[in-house]
Amino acid sequence: MVKIKELVMPESLDEAYELFIAKRSSRIIGGGAFLRLGNATILKGVDLSKLALDYINQYEDKIEIGAMTTLYDVETSPILKDNFSGALSKCVKNIVGVQLRNIATIGGSVVGKYGFSDILPVLLALDATLIFYKQGEISLENYLNFENFQRDILEKIVIKKDKKASFQMMRNSDSDFSILNACVCFDDRGYTVVVGSTPGVAKICKKTSEALNNNMENEDNYNFLLEDLHFGSNLRASKEYREDIAKVLVKRCIKELN
Amino acid sequence: MIINTVINNENKTLTISPGEYLVDTLRDNGYKSVKRGCDKSTCGACSVIVDGKIVLSCTFLSARIDGKKVETIEGLQEEAEILGRKIVDKGGDQCGYCNPALIVTAIALKREFGKNATRDEIIHYINGNLCRCSGYISQLEAILEYVGE
Repeated sequence: MVKIKELVMPESLDEAYELFIAKRSSRIIGGGAFLRLGNATILKGVDLSKLALDYINQYEDKIEIGAMTTLYDVETSPILKDNFSGALSKCVKNIVGVQLRNIATIGGSVVGKYGFSDILPVLLALDATLIFYKQGEISLENYLNFENFQRDILEKIVIKKDKKASFQMMRNSDSDFSILNACVCFDDRGYTVVVGSTPGVAKICKKTSEALNNNMENEDNYNFLLEDLHFGSNLRASKEYREDIAKVLVKRCIKELN
Repeated sequence: MIINTVINNENKTLTISPGEYLVDTLRDNGYKSVKRGCDKSTCGACSVIVDGKIVLSCTFLSARIDGKKVETIEGLQEEAEILGRKIVDKGGDQCGYCNPALIVTAIALKREFGKNATRDEIIHYINGNLCRCSGYISQLEAILEYVGE
């Protein structure tokens, strides 16, 4: 369990940012679901719950999701059910129970860069853009590859509309972590294949995507997944099992999209 | 820290520590129906309603109930008795440890979905409430009956 020595609850982003950067030991608390995942002591927690960052707004060409939007709001939002073939709503449905999904936030899922995340593969496939308070815009793909990103506060996630997507996953039981998950998006870039829970963090499969865009019918396309990704073993599944399942899940995504 | 909150329709001013979790605050203040189960965001035995949303009190910082309304089974007696009776009649109570949180979750479900909640929607909603005695089928039958009334 994470222990918190001091907790501040700022009411503006400006105040939150100043409090956060004032001390290197301070830490952002978004939804707070991570508090039960570790054993650290936080000297100063900067709680974002009073910043009104929980919203899902639709514009003509994009959708903006506030960083403090809970996973249950993502699941039940009519806007997200009607866009991206409902993939964003679908991907959070099996994350523990509704009680936790009412706490965990989309921002926390992104900033945590968790390998087991079900939402990262979908956001990555949809080419989501992150808006940070000070540093502004950065693509999710770049952010995930950035190892020393300057301390900042994630304000919102922006996704361009007019994309189709399919999310598939494999789990041992309904609310367990995914053994493996995959999302394929189809938009003006063509197909973008993403696989997560390898058990590493979700990654765009560039060779597989390119192969599918060149010739969709070729069964050998799926062998590129083994070149695109580094699969591993953990208590949920072996490396070899994940390698086989990855092909199945991506094929299912393609089938659902067509 | 001092927080002002409403627990089961009673105004409360509470002194809490910065990293205190809601399950501790509630139990320390006499709301013993709120059970400490896994303490790892998994079992659902600590479920309570905060501003209309069902949450795990073991993972919810007490500081966040400042200015908000909290409901536990102690404040939901009328509804709880109706569903509790149905759970007993169906043989779904067994050891009883998970029942308060299950009932609170079912009340939140009924408020959200109304009488039209489907069997699949109910199963999905109570998925986070684990029952060590595996009374799931009887519990589900009781909730289906309760929601439909």
